[in-house]
Amino acid sequence: MSFEAVKVILINYWPMFVRGAGITLFISIIGTILGSIIGLGIGVVRTIPVPDKGPKKVILKIANGILAAYIEFFRGTPMMVQAMFIFYGVAGVFGVQLNRLMAAMFIVSINTGAYMAEIVRGGIVSIDSGQYEAAEALGMNHFQTMTNVMLPQVIRNILPATGNEFVVNIKDTSVLNVISVTELFFNTRSIAGTTFKFAEVYFITSIIYFIMTFTVTKILRSFERKLDGPKNYNIIGNQMQVERPEDIVRKDDDHWHGN
Amino acid sequence: MEKIIEIKHLNKSFGAHEVLKDINFHVNKGEVVSIIGSSGSGKSTMLRCINLLEKPSGGEILYKGENILDESHNIYNYRTKLGMVFQQFNLFNNHNALSNCTVSQIKVLKRSQEEAEAVAMKYLKVVGMDQYINAMPRQLSGGQKQRVAIARALSMEPDVMLFDEPTSALDPEMVGEVLAVMKDLAKTGLTMLVVTHEMEFARDVSDRVVFMDKGVIAEEGPPEQIFNNPKEERTKEFLRRILD
Repeated sequence: MSFEAVKVILINYWPMFVRGAGITLFISIIGTILGSIIGLGIGVVRTIPVPDKGPKKVILKIANGILAAYIEFFRGTPMMVQAMFIFYGVAGVFGVQLNRLMAAMFIVSINTGAYMAEIVRGGIVSIDSGQYEAAEALGMNHFQTMTNVMLPQVIRNILPATGNEFVVNIKDTSVLNVISVTELFFNTRSIAGTTFKFAEVYFITSIIYFIMTFTVTKILRSFERKLDGPKNYNIIGNQMQVERPEDIVRKDDDHWHGN
Repeated sequence: MEKIIEIKHLNKSFGAHEVLKDINFHVNKGEVVSIIGSSGSGKSTMLRCINLLEKPSGGEILYKGENILDESHNIYNYRTKLGMVFQQFNLFNNHNALSNCTVSQIKVLKRSQEEAEAVAMKYLKVVGMDQYINAMPRQLSGGQKQRVAIARALSMEPDVMLFDEPTSALDPEMVGEVLAVMKDLAKTGLTMLVVTHEMEFARDVSDRVVFMDKGVIAEEGPPEQIFNNPKEERTKEFLRRILD
């Protein structure tokens, strides 16, 4: 492997590398975002308290069964097989020609969704049940509790795992070359096939993959720190700093609804 | 006397374990009732049954005469009428002190942001936490958290406040500040139901004391009767143990 050859390949083929990397990043970002939304949605549904009886119980049981089957199936089969099945299999049976890029995003999204559903469930379970109870005691329903109290905390807690999924997606989109999506790996194969400089071409590609995953990891880490917020708070000054709580109670007595 | 909450023949079992046995009990409007008893006597479970955090196994819970255990009863609406203060505070970790007090007003009572903040500030002043409105729960001490939690419950302007051992998780030096707030609230005529191990509070502040033992109400009456002249042997036994 010579660095002279690496330079020549870069000069001649950089647009293909860039385009491939762009498609890879695009599919991974969309897949991770949609997958996270799917995962959060499933997490909310799967944590709905099941009543003892009534039609709601039956509906929830069925919904949970379907969701569990979805999760197990997509976690238990390779994404490459899913891609072939959906793009060629389903398309062949129903006689529809799917857009490759759309199909790719769909496959990565539902695949990520299956993993994210489990990550979200773990995130919800790990949050102190007192948070849920406090929201319930204030009259919030399941959906209000989830959106206002639980999910903001869950999202913070599962951010490292989500970043991990993102990194996995950047790498695993390479299997989508089986349905001829022009992502980085597909383009790399084309370039290698034209130049026959396998070592140099795959060296460049591995560097590009590494730069993408490393950058994503760093960005997410700083985002995590930002979410954690400042360590200190500001005391709000007012003119009544010498007033004791008891005095205020007395003063507010006449406004009190209990009277 | 208007009965605001009335419990009839309440039962609660966790599996085969019977925690509450045929509880009959009521709270009048404006009354401060303390529930005392040893750990495992069912007092917290009874309180949690009242706002349906635990589902009763049998019996009736009447709120202003309506049985809230009826299938048709809207429990979300009912819960807004009861303020709950937990032993572990349970402030929302993702909200600061002010927004802990406003989020349920806005989402559940559909109050506007400005209205909710005005109400929240009023009650944060009552508990002396109005200077800490932008502090996150993790930045507050236990006593401060509990005072914000009280303000959060008051912000819903409930008819009854339920306190589930509000000082049990606090460091000893912080118990005083929370009890002071509760004493002041009691004076305002607020209806309060307090599960507590603070015998002084039960004796000095409450209008009525309920002593629970092994899932039943063993004795109830004015504090003077319970503390100075208990009728039941097990009340005497409990007080001897706890006061010595």
